[in-house]
Amino acid sequence: MISNLIKRKIFTLLKVQYSNMLEYRVEIALWAISGIIPFFMLNIWTNNNLNESINISDIMLSRYFLCAFFVRQFSVVWVVFSFEEDSLMGKVSPYLIQPLNPFFRYFAQHLAEQITRFPFALIIAFFFFIFNPESIWIPNLGILILSIVSTFLSFLIQFLIQSIVACLCFWTEKASSIERLLFIPTLFLSGLLAPVVSFPKYVKSWIYLTPFPYLIDFPANLLSGNETNIVGGLSMQILWILLLFPLFKKIWSEGTKKYTAMGS
Amino acid sequence: MVKNIIDVKNLSKSFDISYKETGLKGTIKHFFRRQTKSLKVIKNISFEIKEGEIVGFLGANGAGKTTILKMLCGLIYPSEGSILVSGYLPFRRKENFLKNITLIMGQKQQLIWDLPPIESFYLNASIYDLDKFEAKKRIKKLSEMLEIDKELFIPVRKLSLGQRMKSELLAALIHEPNILFLDEPTLGLDINAQRNLRKFLQKYNKETNATICLTSHYMKDITSLCKRVICVHEGAISYDGKLDLLLKKLSPVKEILIVCRSEEDAIKLENYGFTVKNKIKNEITIKIENNSITSSLKTILNNFDIEDLFINEPPIDEVIGKVLIKKDYDI
Repeated sequence: MISNLIKRKIFTLLKVQYSNMLEYRVEIALWAISGIIPFFMLNIWTNNNLNESINISDIMLSRYFLCAFFVRQFSVVWVVFSFEEDSLMGKVSPYLIQPLNPFFRYFAQHLAEQITRFPFALIIAFFFFIFNPESIWIPNLGILILSIVSTFLSFLIQFLIQSIVACLCFWTEKASSIERLLFIPTLFLSGLLAPVVSFPKYVKSWIYLTPFPYLIDFPANLLSGNETNIVGGLSMQILWILLLFPLFKKIWSEGTKKYTAMGS
Repeated sequence: MVKNIIDVKNLSKSFDISYKETGLKGTIKHFFRRQTKSLKVIKNISFEIKEGEIVGFLGANGAGKTTILKMLCGLIYPSEGSILVSGYLPFRRKENFLKNITLIMGQKQQLIWDLPPIESFYLNASIYDLDKFEAKKRIKKLSEMLEIDKELFIPVRKLSLGQRMKSELLAALIHEPNILFLDEPTLGLDINAQRNLRKFLQKYNKETNATICLTSHYMKDITSLCKRVICVHEGAISYDGKLDLLLKKLSPVKEILIVCRSEEDAIKLENYGFTVKNKIKNEITIKIENNSITSSLKTILNNFDIEDLFINEPPIDEVIGKVLIKKDYDI
């Protein structure tokens, strides 16, 4: 039954959403470019020799931030904004009476957008290597596969967190403001601005109990070849998914009872 | 015997509405302390609808027609009472129930704006577990019925409102539902597009024996599609029955414009005992009760020299308009 769902519904959704995304190729190129925060952070770190304090070489640090850029490109989620708009405008109503949870549509939309984004991310990486030829490396196949899996798990965690927040639309109508609150820890604790290893020890022990370091820091360290606990990191990612998924299902089921089909 | 497909008993729905006073004081007060009030928008209604019936829901804006449709299709949760649609509790949204129904809202769209409608049709087909061959067959059939076979490959944003509405209808009917909930399906369409849509719905009902629940502010939609109407007034049912009975009850008289050959005949007719609405030279308009039309016309034709006469039905909008502002109709 699940394979049927994946094969037919998700595949068709993905195909249609990909066609839709190709209509917006210029926007997607701009979105990809707008995700270059890690490169700014790399510049700040290397120009101020901050990496010396955490024993990471310039090369490893530049690889880390390039990987952070890649992980971010393929795990960025905006479902809360789409769902909030659709919910307030009543667009979600026709989807609610179809035999497929509307979040599958958003899920496919995100995956399609990632596929569209991929060539642009490669072009940016190409330019990165032109300016930093010493950072060029080829990860081994095993690590590459694990990094792809880890990036996808990171995407799933973020998608579930945002979907849970999105479901709050059924109560608050402006759930995106809650997401903005979450954006602050995501920005600082995920490894986007600095590798988590650079945080003080007592802070780190707390951070690793939250889902944030598994969003960017862990997959970026894995892909860049920095020292990391692969089994521990992947297990934590899976654990967070297993915790968040039932929570999403519960909040979805309670929320739809509150749905008033505004605007329609 | 035709079985009931929709069974509604003592259904009520309340919404929490927040109130805000005007002015800065009201805004600040609203910021610190929200005042909400529970508003009962549907009040203890009961009705049944038989398989294959086309039922029109009539009512003024805000009367509760759309809320009823939304509860019937499982979009919103009822506060009290019970609903059974095709044997299912709609709000549980069981897959087999959802495969049996569709909801079309005139002002809302589900088609993907930047892609041709055919992409949305195939997407819906896969959501409803139709294989490609079956989907292709149904798209062909429905697009021919709706006369949009030439527009299938044009992006939705480039289609006219009428073409878009027809495409919405195709997307909503690709799984051949047995029950259609239509909320103002002809909203914003031109006269020809409205007529074509009505013709299509009649044909769909005839061919598939589908049950149709319809709300519309265009009386032509109601009169040409629905034999039965349910009038909703402030969340309660004010009339549930045959449309023609309601019309007879609401407009018991007809106006007849009589053109006499001479002004003297018009004067004689004016004084004959009929209720005269007005008289201009040799033209006189009289009011006659529906049940004495034949005998009255016989009398007029036998006793007066008549050049022409016109029987005017009162405008249906005017008649139905009376329903929208009244609480009860005992027919």
